[in-house]
Amino acid sequence: MLGLSAKDTGFLLFVTFLTLATPILLQPFPESSSLAQFNAGYPDLMQRFAIFGIFAIGFNILFGLTGYLSFGHAAFLGVGSYSVVWTYKLLSFNVLPGLILAIVLSGIFALFIGFVSLRRSGIYFSILTLAFAQMSYNLAYSVLTPLTNGETGLQVYGSDPQYLMGEGSPDVPNLFGLVMQDSMKVPVGDWVFTFNVGYYFTAVIAIFVFYISLRIFRSPFGLILRAIKTNRTRLNYAGINTRPYMLAAFVISGMYAGLAGGLLAAMDPLAGAERMQWTASGEVVLMTILGGAGTLMGPVLGAGFIKYFENIFSKINETVLHDWFGALPEPVRDFLIGIISPFVGDGWQLTLGLLFMLVVIFLPGGIMEGAKRIGSLFRRKPSQGGGSPAPKAPVEAAETSNQPAE
Amino acid sequence: MSTNVHNVVLHVDDVHKTFGGLHALADIDLAVEEGKTHAIIGPNGAGKSTLLNVIVGRLAPTSGAVVFDGQVLTGKQPYEINQLGVARVFQTPEIFPDLPVLHNVMTPAFAKRDGAYKLHIWENLLDEKTIQEEAEHLLQDVGLWERRMDHAGALSRGDKRRMELAMCLIQHPRLLLLDEPTAGMSRHDTNTTIELLKKVKERGMTKIIIEHDMHVVFSLADKISVLAQGRIIAEGNPEDVRNDPKVKEAYLGGAH
Ligand SMILES: Nc1ncnc2c1ncn2[C@@H]1O[C@H](COP(=O)(O)OP(=O)(O)OP(=O)(O)O)[C@@H](O)[C@H]1O
Ligand SMILES: [Mg+2]
Repeated sequence: MLGLSAKDTGFLLFVTFLTLATPILLQPFPESSSLAQFNAGYPDLMQRFAIFGIFAIGFNILFGLTGYLSFGHAAFLGVGSYSVVWTYKLLSFNVLPGLILAIVLSGIFALFIGFVSLRRSGIYFSILTLAFAQMSYNLAYSVLTPLTNGETGLQVYGSDPQYLMGEGSPDVPNLFGLVMQDSMKVPVGDWVFTFNVGYYFTAVIAIFVFYISLRIFRSPFGLILRAIKTNRTRLNYAGINTRPYMLAAFVISGMYAGLAGGLLAAMDPLAGAERMQWTASGEVVLMTILGGAGTLMGPVLGAGFIKYFENIFSKINETVLHDWFGALPEPVRDFLIGIISPFVGDGWQLTLGLLFMLVVIFLPGGIMEGAKRIGSLFRRKPSQGGGSPAPKAPVEAAETSNQPAE
Repeated sequence: MSTNVHNVVLHVDDVHKTFGGLHALADIDLAVEEGKTHAIIGPNGAGKSTLLNVIVGRLAPTSGAVVFDGQVLTGKQPYEINQLGVARVFQTPEIFPDLPVLHNVMTPAFAKRDGAYKLHIWENLLDEKTIQEEAEHLLQDVGLWERRMDHAGALSRGDKRRMELAMCLIQHPRLLLLDEPTAGMSRHDTNTTIELLKKVKERGMTKIIIEHDMHVVFSLADKISVLAQGRIIAEGNPEDVRNDPKVKEAYLGGAH
């Protein structure tokens, strides 16, 4: 179905289900329990999961498949955000034209940056992409202020033309009247589930671009990208000019980043240059590696993981710790709080850094490798040495060979 | 045999290659006839691999030219040379170690079918039945079918070489360059490889083979060139070369 094998179709349906059920799945703790603060089912955070998931899925097409590590993908994020805010200013608060513009413009940007950066490989490629992104970042604060509004950031003012704003058009981001920030709260017993328009809009887009990435992974094009990662020289002697393949991968991943940037502005009608800073480029690298570069699900999980940490772990401050350990005798309590507090609240990055180190050292394949190892503990090892008869084998062979670590 | 016996497909024309002060190749002239197997033998460091590197575009010659089927190869990119029908098995296997054996063999087939640029983003590998079947067939020929799902990096050196041979054969090249194709193989696998190479010869594929194993050379070669210190010191049919005193001195007799 949809150009996918039965197994992949099942996988896609599973991912679709998880994505659509996210507002419920991320709200496991009852409101009144002390664990409620670990719930992540609120709109703002869920939108971020989906948006950074898209960013990471696209980044993975470049880094995961070809091994080319770009340190400048945040530039496309910025381009996407500015595009959307500009369509707000010139047309209306309908997000659709802006998102299309975001994808097109970031694609053009990526074509140019990729064309230059891909003249080198390895660390030189990384440095070139980093240089381009930093250049964009600095330009956004200086020469390009008419386009970016400098440090204030780009936003919509009452004096903006907004040529397509009709009488009844909402004055917040919307899709043909469907307002992004609208939510429906559904209380079920002691749980409250929030179904947000913006989240479902990004979720549908995320599922669609995940599907595209799945198709790319399973295509001959994807195979050649993998071959580039493992031995680029061989491809040359096998008759492939690797340049157009690399450039295509770079542009596709740039467009994913542009879309993600556009969606950020579709949820919150602002665009600032800090979105293009190198830390933002580094973040998507962390997400991809943490989740498992080159796997389909890994980058999404990595993105979710990091955003969860950033938003939930950072909120556990000393007051919260006092609440938790309030029942303990004072010396024990102070001792525990003393040990834990550097790692939570503002110290969330310390924990994340340590986790990242542990993953890279012990689980180079990221969360996905961890999941696979745990899975294989429970599953019986499939018998090796397939002496199966030849006629039946081709299909079965392709079936497995096309699934390099989900 | 037939009248076009002297149809030369590959001309190496007065090729020189120096590395700093080292003359790796000097005055090399070579004419390889269509459908024939041309062996190049010579002691270590004679310049045999360097010659192949010049042919496939890995190295630019210091002077001279290589002409394949009327087209000048010198100055062309390796992928362009391959697209003209020249495939090579390397002395140190050049494979895709992180890909399954089957995909190693399928990848060059896409280059052959679609050219150097075509991007099939919207097709599923599973639907590429023709290519997959041919790859499996070749893997059966080289005796690696059982290992088609293994990562190529896990193969032994001899197996990598056989796989690399399959990677070349799937392209049906017009000219196949083999740099010690049986090194690291057991006697049995060597013999299978010889049989396979004889079979592709029947299909009219031209081959240049570099080999230290004289059993392989004399089973396959129609013509032999002997290279020593960057120069061709003898050339002719296997019998003549075997009895050439210069060759005995420079190479074969070196063991005495
Ligand atoms: N890229 C290079 N740079 C410098 N010197 C080189 C290079 N390639 C080969 N040489 C030198 O050129 C000479 C010929 O090397 P080549 O690899 O062609 O020998 P060969 O005949 O293939 O030997 P072997 O039988 O050991 O494979 C050697 O002295 C080698 O050190
Ligand atoms: Mg050699």
